[in-house]
Amino acid sequence: MEIDPFIFRLSIFILSIFVGYYVVWSVTPSLHTPLMSVTNAISSVIIVGAIIASLAGSSKDVFEVSNIFGFLAIILAAVNIFGGFLVTQRMLQMYKKKK
Amino acid sequence: MSANLSALFYLISGILFILALRGLSSPETSRQGNYFGIAGMLIAIIVTFLSVGNFGIGLIYVLIFLVIGGSIGAFIAFRIPMTAMPELVAGFHSLVGLAAVFVAISAFLKPEAFNLGTIGNIKLASLIEMSLGAAIGAITFSGSIIAFLKLRGIMSGSPITFKGQHFINLFLGLSIIALIYYLCISQSSNIFWSIVLISFLVGVLLIIPIGGADMPVVISMLNSYSGWAAAGIGFTLENTALIITGALVGSSGAILSYIMCKGMNRSFFNVILGGWGANEQTSALQNKEQKPVKNGNADDAAFLMKNASSVIIVPGYGMAVAQAQHALREMVDALKKNGVKVSYAIHPVAGRMPGHMNVLLAEANVPYDEVFELEEINNDFANCDVAYVIGANDVTNPVAKSDPQSPIYGMPVLDVEKSKSVLFVKRSLSPGYAGIDNDLFYRDNTLMLFADAKKMTEEIVKSL
Repeated sequence: MEIDPFIFRLSIFILSIFVGYYVVWSVTPSLHTPLMSVTNAISSVIIVGAIIASLAGSSKDVFEVSNIFGFLAIILAAVNIFGGFLVTQRMLQMYKKKK
Repeated sequence: MSANLSALFYLISGILFILALRGLSSPETSRQGNYFGIAGMLIAIIVTFLSVGNFGIGLIYVLIFLVIGGSIGAFIAFRIPMTAMPELVAGFHSLVGLAAVFVAISAFLKPEAFNLGTIGNIKLASLIEMSLGAAIGAITFSGSIIAFLKLRGIMSGSPITFKGQHFINLFLGLSIIALIYYLCISQSSNIFWSIVLISFLVGVLLIIPIGGADMPVVISMLNSYSGWAAAGIGFTLENTALIITGALVGSSGAILSYIMCKGMNRSFFNVILGGWGANEQTSALQNKEQKPVKNGNADDAAFLMKNASSVIIVPGYGMAVAQAQHALREMVDALKKNGVKVSYAIHPVAGRMPGHMNVLLAEANVPYDEVFELEEINNDFANCDVAYVIGANDVTNPVAKSDPQSPIYGMPVLDVEKSKSVLFVKRSLSPGYAGIDNDLFYRDNTLMLFADAKKMTEEIVKSL
């Protein structure tokens, strides 16, 4: 009997939760704020869904409702990606050993 | 690009995201970690463009919107003051939530673009996944908006509670589940929209009863939700990068919530159900007037600290409000010139989000190896001459160790009272967010410095 691909995705999901669990516990408490801003930035990888939604159909479909929701999602995710990574970078720049 | 090849690239970007978080285990590797994260994001975006392979007019719009969103994001990132990080993160969470809702809506309206079937005939698993993604995304969105308004001070930080609140939340939660079930049977778009709307409402109702001091838990929790929403969409799109990221972010937020709850010795449900401190406040306020406090000025404080051999600084949210971190750094520099050993003690829930104080101190150029967490430094108070408490309150309250009646009993606190003398900078004797009186004010070895945290620190610098 063949295994449903969903099961593979579920396996990846559950294993990733475990990876996340161990990786996050090893994050030093002084970097918890950058941790939040960077997790925020990477969760904006949801932009891949937004891109697929915006590019769906032929050129004349560009302004169909579902494409417009895609465009809106792109703007939101892009704010997050740039904002998230840059503000994280700005914070991490300050965590330098002095002298 | 073939589906298999792009799936492999998504896996790579997922791994890069794991490395991005891994980098945060120490400040030295953290910047490199952030670059891994950026690389992962770039790969995911480029691969998506290539695998869709539609380079028509739509692509131009996509790029334009990407640039618009990106510029707004970059502008905010460069302009935001570090004291406003909690609001910023809450605001960003709301965007992830809303983006998840929008993607789910597009997928529902045009399932063929995502290989999910056709309208009115969407695959069962996809329907469940997208409605869960939309529901969690909507809760994240409206919840984060409320958190943002509370942190920003636009909305009062005090808990908003009303009768039957928890019952309503439970009812709405169950009705979302029921609607998802009916959606799977009927594929009706009205039901889909109802799920989204009710979820927006749940997000609001979930966060309004939670008070200002519990914001660290709320932000971490919403962080976790935004991850689960992303994972839900990841399952819908069958995209490994999103599934991995969603799981990482979801567990990260959950761990942070756990750490914050532990820092307050409260259970997660206790925080979510909200309304802490509203009742106990009155009794604590009444017996306050009789007790004498020792009142000092900047010269006294400067004298004490100059002649100390070691000083521990305990910063709290009040320092952030007063923007006193730079003045504090100057004071420490002056003390160091006098040969005083200075370190900083940070309580897990100091500030309005995890690690908030650390960022502010880093901004003021305090080297991170002088900053210690509660467990690392708590034994040192006994050997320290002066503890300088600036803007912290409840996290230093010895009552948490001695009085089982107190609402904060059992909460881990900094053993500030064990140091030879305590300087407590505070504007008045008013109780902290927990609404309880701080026993520390009336100790013999405590000198109260009634002033704004920044002004007092600046005056001390002058008299040093």
